[in-house]
Amino acid sequence: MAKGLTTRKSQRLVVLTAGLVTLGLATGLVLYALGSDSLSLFVQPSDIAEHDVKPGDRLKLGGLVATGSFHRGDDGVTNIFTVTDCVADVKVSFRGILPDLFREGQGVVTEGTFDTAGLFVADTVLAKHDENYAPPGTMPKNAAACTHPEGVATAAEMAGR
Amino acid sequence: MHKYANPARFGALADRILPWARWVMILALIPGLWLALVASPPDYQQGESVRIMYLHVPAAWMSMFTYMVMAGAAFTALVWRHPLAQLAGRAAAPIGATFTALALVTGSLWGKPMWGTFWVWDGRLTSVLVLFFLYLGYMALDRAIEDEEKAGRAASILALVGVVNIPIIKFSVDWWNTLHQPASVMRMGGSTIDGSMLTPLFIMALAFQAYFVWIFLIRMKLEIDRRKAAVMRQSLRGI
Repeated sequence: MAKGLTTRKSQRLVVLTAGLVTLGLATGLVLYALGSDSLSLFVQPSDIAEHDVKPGDRLKLGGLVATGSFHRGDDGVTNIFTVTDCVADVKVSFRGILPDLFREGQGVVTEGTFDTAGLFVADTVLAKHDENYAPPGTMPKNAAACTHPEGVATAAEMAGR
Repeated sequence: MHKYANPARFGALADRILPWARWVMILALIPGLWLALVASPPDYQQGESVRIMYLHVPAAWMSMFTYMVMAGAAFTALVWRHPLAQLAGRAAAPIGATFTALALVTGSLWGKPMWGTFWVWDGRLTSVLVLFFLYLGYMALDRAIEDEEKAGRAASILALVGVVNIPIIKFSVDWWNTLHQPASVMRMGGSTIDGSMLTPLFIMALAFQAYFVWIFLIRMKLEIDRRKAAVMRQSLRGI
């Protein structure tokens, strides 16, 4: 039997491996070129400025619900809260039913448009779950209130406000 | 390894492994399901809905594991033209498609009450849907060409091209912002799942793994028999 690249098997091995490496590199470069902006689901409050968003432009805005920011509007049905990424804040209003996981200090993804006064009027609010799974009462309370609230207000508690 | 390249030897080995796989699955599934559905605590945020995770996460892991088995078989089939390798890919594909469908459906059922939606086109969900279509594409391509040899080669190339999707699935939640939560178990700095929930999760993962071995070996034997029957039919036609 011949050695090296002279056998059909080793030729196939080299060609196939080279093909896969090339494909992997090409895919990596395409994803890199597209950038995280176009492949991400939502924009964060601090990205709003660089995105040149005009009132009426539809977008998905995501971030944490700022602790202590949730309250009902004067009509009693509009939910008002601040979405923050710890750098910038956006005030959001939403009329509708909030998902079970909606909490202050937890992530949300909202979809809607800015009004002329700079208020983000959302027609969809999705709650984001984080990577923590724990029995009730065991989650350590984080001092950094922005990434994790000192006390997580539940939907029911917030409804009382 | 080449010892088991012979279909008869492989069959004998499979027969020896099959009862073990079946028993491991049964013995893991009973405590696994009991712990997952009854004995483990509810989550501090999700409540009882967290129990879907014990099916969803193992299914999602297995959907990627099975794809790597299929891709490994495809690579072996293309380079070494090994007849059993082609059959292994063919045997793995429907199992992987089922795991992927299970992960998608359970995730969706969890998503509605927790996120507030069944589906969103974020990086993780979309890349897993692509994985599902890769499995379907592999199976369709494998059956679309009459010459089994050629069909297997075409399907194998598709399986290998699809491997680029696996790191995309894994890292989609790190590279881009998504609605899907980031990794909780296979991440830097250790698991963020409480021990009382991690144990049932790993037992369920073991049950799923054993289920894969069990069904995969049965399907391998089936493919070998099907292949034998096809050869016999051909030689009879030749007479």
